[in-house]
Amino acid sequence: MSERDILQPLPMRIEKVTAETPDVRTLRLAFADEAQGKAFAFRAGQFGEYSVFGEGECTFCIASPPTRRGYIECTFRQAGRVTRALADLETGETIGFRGPFGNVFPIDDWRGKSLLFIAGGIALPPMRSVIWNVLDLRDRYRDITIVYGVRTVADLVYKDELAGWGKRPDVRLVTTVDPGGETPDWTGETGFVPAVLDKLAPSSRDAVAVVCGPPVMIKFTFPVLARLGFAPENVFTTLENRMKCGVGKCGRCNTGKYYVCKDGPVFTFAQLKGMPQEY
Amino acid sequence: MDNELRSIDHEGLGTLFSRWRAGGRRILAPRRENEKTDFAEVQAPGEACLDPVQTAQSAKSAVFPRVEELFAYRRRDGLVELRERDLADLPATVLFGVRPCDAAALAGLAAILNWDTADRLFSARREKLAVVAVSCTRSDERCFCTSVGGGPGARTGSDLLLTDLGGGGYLVETVSDRGRALLAGAEDLLRPAAGREKDKESRLARVEKRFDPERVRAALQSLFDDEVFWTEQSLRCLGCGACAYVCPTCACFDIQDEDGRRLRCWDSCGHALFTLHTSGHNPRPLQSQRWRQRLMHKFSYMPERQEALGCVGCGRCSRACPVDMDILEHLLAVAEAKP
Repeated sequence: MSERDILQPLPMRIEKVTAETPDVRTLRLAFADEAQGKAFAFRAGQFGEYSVFGEGECTFCIASPPTRRGYIECTFRQAGRVTRALADLETGETIGFRGPFGNVFPIDDWRGKSLLFIAGGIALPPMRSVIWNVLDLRDRYRDITIVYGVRTVADLVYKDELAGWGKRPDVRLVTTVDPGGETPDWTGETGFVPAVLDKLAPSSRDAVAVVCGPPVMIKFTFPVLARLGFAPENVFTTLENRMKCGVGKCGRCNTGKYYVCKDGPVFTFAQLKGMPQEY
Repeated sequence: MDNELRSIDHEGLGTLFSRWRAGGRRILAPRRENEKTDFAEVQAPGEACLDPVQTAQSAKSAVFPRVEELFAYRRRDGLVELRERDLADLPATVLFGVRPCDAAALAGLAAILNWDTADRLFSARREKLAVVAVSCTRSDERCFCTSVGGGPGARTGSDLLLTDLGGGGYLVETVSDRGRALLAGAEDLLRPAAGREKDKESRLARVEKRFDPERVRAALQSLFDDEVFWTEQSLRCLGCGACAYVCPTCACFDIQDEDGRRLRCWDSCGHALFTLHTSGHNPRPLQSQRWRQRLMHKFSYMPERQEALGCVGCGRCSRACPVDMDILEHLLAVAEAKP
């Protein structure tokens, strides 16, 4: 075979399906070809293009950490044609994967710092890789705080892992639901993420923040972080522009002179300030 | 490179076509079908129609087809088999009769499609393509090649450049090794024409330089947030994407599955669906933002990231636009705007 076509996926087998919520699933995937699996390497923050043959491709960040070898995971909400088809698949079936693409969270630069993760809704999955990555290398970092907000209790994903993080003495986990989204036995916070963050007031000293969520959450969270003293270059996010190729050719994710697929998906708030708001 | 000037008469060109075909090369040339002239396979120079200033479609489909198969897939027993595209059977092709602007456009396409990682299908086709351009002896009010670094007799991107000497055949300039290979063994058909550069000059169309692309680039950057300007500039735009489909450098594409094949299809940043997220969020919800993106990408982002202009001044988008948006007028408006 000549040089591989970067637009042609590699087959991956579904090893496990986890229903996170009625419309959100996590797939654990392993390369059908063992040698391809061994050769595969990625870093936290990178994404892939997942194929259901006959339906098309869709883009998700790899949701498992590079510290766990032998498989990757993706978590998605059934929203469009490909994600609905993906949700119909069962263990043992084959999908296609292209990747890893894009840049990474600079976790080596974060050594010795405190880390603040802020996720809203279905945006915890793109952050789960980097969270587990730093938890697996826990002694390299100082305080780790995770703020996770969803509309209602039923929208929480990774419930078992949240319970585990909540019990760890070396992690501070704050979960919150929108007002009205709580259940009688809800023990977390009630309120929108920016307000909860404001109340929590984590220190910005030797700290970086990673924020990912719906545009409205991001919009109101950045000013809170600024008030807490986080410099724009220490606030990271991952953008989710529509993509087709994933490798800077199809033009879809072009935002200013940047391509989210190549220059991102990880950007600092300082970089976003220099870009048109076309994301 | 020395400019090996020769001439060939019409009969000689006919013989050359026969030899190219006998050597296994397919020849694409402008061919008139009903009202339209577009690139299609020809056997002899007489079938080519070089009268119009431009073909309706550019020649880009020779290297980047409107729809092409990336690979095939088949489900069997719960597994999926993929069949990679076999590139061995791509035909060696002579692209005859493109204008110098279209020849130059191939570099713009390559700048995008081969940026960082090589595009396997594009590169395979490009590798097998020889470009025989024909200088422009006529132009129209839509042409502006000289404003974007080209010219009616420019050689960039061509392997051979022919100039119609008016009744007496063509002046032949050998521009590249690939061009030299096209003329291998054709000495009997060629006559020396050293010193006839001024005959070429006298035949060329006059295309006035209308703007400086550096000025446009600077102006675009300072106009970016001027919503009134972009709204006025794009009020007419239907978002139909015709401009992108006829453009020789537009490379945006979509990927779709159909009947066991994954297809790559031309797309356009002018379409509202281009950037639409599944959630319903659209980073460029307005046609004014999409029109701005078209100009920004070609005249600002591409020069900055790919060190290439995304426009060769062929004027096709202006000719194809159903509401008569003339890109030259829009670029002049940008260059002259006082932000």
